[in-house]
Amino acid sequence: MEYENFLGYFVSGLTRGSIYALIALGYTMVYGIIQLINFAHGEIYMIGAFVALIVSGVLTIYGFSGVSILVLAGLIAIIYAAAYGYTLERIAYRPLRSAPRLSPLISAIGMSLFLQNYVLLAQTPDFLRFPQLIPEIALLQPYAHVVGSAELVILITSALSMIALTLLIKYAKIGKAMRATQQDMIMARLVGIDVDRVISVTFIIGSILAAIGGILVGSYIGQINFYIGFMAGVKAFTAAVLGGIGNIPGAVLGGLVLGLAESLAAGYISSAYEDVFAFGVLVLILILRPSGLLGKAIKPKV
Amino acid sequence: MTDQAEKLLEVRELTMDFGGLRAVDSITLDVSKGEIVALIGPNGAGKTTFFNCVTGIYTPTRGDIILNPPGEKSRRINGLKPNRVTTLGMARTFQNIRLFQNMTVLENVMIGRHCRTSTSIIGAVLRTARSRAQERETIDRSYDLLDQVGLLPFADAFAKNLSYGGQRRLEIARAMATEPFLLLLDEPAAGMNPQETRELDSLIMQIRNAGEIAILLIEHDMKLVMNISDRIYVMEYGKKIAHGTPQQIRANPKVIEAYLGEESDA
Amino acid sequence: MLSYLKSSLVATVWFVFLSFPFMVVKVNTLKNSVEWRWLNLLWVAIGAFFLSALWRWAMERRHRGGASGESAHADTPKLTLGERILNDRKIYRPLLAVLTAVILLFPFVFDSYQVSIMLLALIFVVLGLGLNITVGLAGLLDLGYVAFFAVGAYSYGLLSFYYDVGFWTALPIGGLVGALFGILLGFPILRLRGDYLAIVTLGFGLIAKIVLENWEEVTNGAKGIANIGRPGLFGLQMDIATTTIYTYYLMIVLVLFTIFVTNRIKDSRIGRAWMALREDEIACVAMGVDMARTKLSAYAFGAFWAGLVGVIFAARNTYINPNSFTFMESAIVLSIVVLGGMGSIVGVIIAALVLILLPEYLRAFADYRMLIFGAVMVLMMIFRPQGLISNVRKTYGPRRSAPEVNRD
Ligand SMILES: Nc1ncnc2c1ncn2[C@@H]1O[C@H](COP(=O)(O)OP(=O)(O)OP(=O)(O)O)[C@@H](O)[C@H]1O
Ligand SMILES: [Mg+2]
Repeated sequence: MEYENFLGYFVSGLTRGSIYALIALGYTMVYGIIQLINFAHGEIYMIGAFVALIVSGVLTIYGFSGVSILVLAGLIAIIYAAAYGYTLERIAYRPLRSAPRLSPLISAIGMSLFLQNYVLLAQTPDFLRFPQLIPEIALLQPYAHVVGSAELVILITSALSMIALTLLIKYAKIGKAMRATQQDMIMARLVGIDVDRVISVTFIIGSILAAIGGILVGSYIGQINFYIGFMAGVKAFTAAVLGGIGNIPGAVLGGLVLGLAESLAAGYISSAYEDVFAFGVLVLILILRPSGLLGKAIKPKV
Repeated sequence: MTDQAEKLLEVRELTMDFGGLRAVDSITLDVSKGEIVALIGPNGAGKTTFFNCVTGIYTPTRGDIILNPPGEKSRRINGLKPNRVTTLGMARTFQNIRLFQNMTVLENVMIGRHCRTSTSIIGAVLRTARSRAQERETIDRSYDLLDQVGLLPFADAFAKNLSYGGQRRLEIARAMATEPFLLLLDEPAAGMNPQETRELDSLIMQIRNAGEIAILLIEHDMKLVMNISDRIYVMEYGKKIAHGTPQQIRANPKVIEAYLGEESDA
Repeated sequence: MLSYLKSSLVATVWFVFLSFPFMVVKVNTLKNSVEWRWLNLLWVAIGAFFLSALWRWAMERRHRGGASGESAHADTPKLTLGERILNDRKIYRPLLAVLTAVILLFPFVFDSYQVSIMLLALIFVVLGLGLNITVGLAGLLDLGYVAFFAVGAYSYGLLSFYYDVGFWTALPIGGLVGALFGILLGFPILRLRGDYLAIVTLGFGLIAKIVLENWEEVTNGAKGIANIGRPGLFGLQMDIATTTIYTYYLMIVLVLFTIFVTNRIKDSRIGRAWMALREDEIACVAMGVDMARTKLSAYAFGAFWAGLVGVIFAARNTYINPNSFTFMESAIVLSIVVLGGMGSIVGVIIAALVLILLPEYLRAFADYRMLIFGAVMVLMMIFRPQGLISNVRKTYGPRRSAPEVNRD
């Protein structure tokens, strides 16, 4: 029993952690390139989840079923999240490329408030029931008390997404351009890389990952509202910092560690203080090792 | 060379590593009272890093930095916070100008007085006699320094609106406001035209003569360096490759070699 | 003109596409029905068309402004209407007089509900001024400022609940406890870069609320604390309307006090150090300013006002619970500072009054309030980062002709 409890916490921690990791990747990639905490990133995740809910709602009513809903809703949600992420960058961040550091951050906070309230006003302040998009896997039934099918799907989907991202960054042309821009934006521009485009693509990729996270979480938890992006965003940012911001494997590691730690703490200590615990981790990491688990310490050039 | 007792700054075997890169490699250097000492070397030689170690912005990997404030006992200042170093009496300017851009020229200098004044929050709110006197003194001294560097007419302008040469001189005035006995200048003539450089030349001499302030400067303008320096240290790839009077340095084959292909800089 | 039209049309199509699922479709997941709100599409299209033209025009103006500002008018930045008004004594003296009269006579003209709202606005004036110190002057972006407000309010609430402490004793205690928390929270985050600081303070703000909600034995959890005393006056018995008016005047005195104190500090050795820290941390410490002390003092001083005014908030409501201290309150105060102009006292006061009173009196506006606040933050950063009223730097008068020796 004791052991199974632990396994349960462990699996749910991993699940949670891989969602954090998906969102954290968006933070870390954007931060790596333009040193901005994209405060509105959590909102993109929320928008992804919402679009999936709306589309699948419509499709259900018009008689679609099962896998076709999952595919269509997922696809449209991803497209929309990407479009929002792209637009967000164009409007709120690009004009502030050379402004003092705090300006884009405040702009980001403004965007986050705006998007939250936009969804609140255009849709509803209430929680909406999220459709069961992920089918039950019959094979898993006997082990349901340890790992649910939603959990398994989340773990597999996130792993695949992260592998795809890694391959993209390593081998695709745009991935190389991203790495070059991350190292030195001015040099990248000099050798003919269209930096604005690279930044746009970075936002789009980050948004796609966040949308995938949003859809998965929606089906896992079963309900969403306009506010889910806020906490998820803060947690994912914590994960990114934990792993070393700007560092892609770090974001994944940070997400998993945070998810596990939270889940175990909630299970064995107290669930009321679960969020406090996450912030505690953030503060401790920033004080003790601001460069994160995998990041390198750099001294600012003077 | 100079007597042991008069040395203001003694640096022994200073080494600074950035990851795998040894930016400063066992540099030994000293500056004595009333001296103007130059630190030269090609780009990337480690000169600025040396300054950053000495002024507490980086903690050096190895070596000793000893400061002998006149009339006080000497102390090792490795790893001391920059503001403590400045308070002890060693002030600096920055190669990449770091003024307080959105404050006025006068206010920039007044910040330099911060460590020589003591008004607290309470004092500022109550405007006690002491805080008013301090404020008045801060203002007066700052105006004097602006006068000295020729920026008096711009006292109320924002620092960001000064010309490049003006900003460099403001950096000097701001550092002077901390009442240093040793002033570290990082490429004060960079970006200045010949006329401005000549004026800088006499400004530096004037600072040394009037205030008995020793000066350690990094500079690429060889004419300026040869004109005003008492002694010159030459660095390359983090190492000291030569040390001597301007005449000795001019004739040193190693220095000539290091600067070959850098002719345009000189 | 044609290019404007074209780009506006593109933008229109794009925003219609973006907003389609949110503005048009509304799914009811319980009843399994969809509502199609096609009319909204029209509004979005019209709005997007004109706003994108406006946006493009403003962006072009911004670029031109930036280019000419550097060369020609280097020393005389263009003043906005607001600044011109504020700089011209002939205009702003009467204006100030009228404003003062309105504020002073307010309770005689309006009923006590209105007075109570005005009181809330004044509370936010002080919060704005306090956060302005931390963010505007010292450049430390604090997203959890509401925590200090909560600390002040709960100081009074708890003291009153457990020890029957009165308002006047609690007032300074609230401020000091706020400042103490500012220092305590400031310590661990001294070395953090600006953007990390923002997130960590956001975390502190959220933690504060979670603790208030869950530490039931002490704070009474979500139920909050009731029956907190209103301010007293030498044990005089007053009815509720009279106490409200009394509290209102008290608040005005407090606002004046805040202005007086922050103004003096802003132009002092401490205030200059805060600004220098904001401008360039490394240069600041290299000029001999102790970073830790300076940051902590800015933090504590900003927190002090939040704590102080938290006590008044508790007294005004006579009831507090954790829901008054959410991230939204922090965001509101931040938009006040951003809108008002970082570092500018007058700007912050105007912004606080506008942002708090407008939603109260224009009910239609109330629902859109956070939406608009968000948009305001973005637009201000892009088009007017210095705020409505930029912080005009103090000049220190002419130089004394002869550098006299101080003889005292
Ligand atoms: N914070 C840092 N992190 C990593 N490497 C650094 C850092 N600061 C300096 N370096 C490296 O150390 C070396 C010395 O740099 P430094 O700026 O001291 O040279 P310099 O002599 O001042 O050159 P210049 O004449 O161009 O100013 C360079 O290779 C530089 O890239
Ligand atoms: Mg250098």
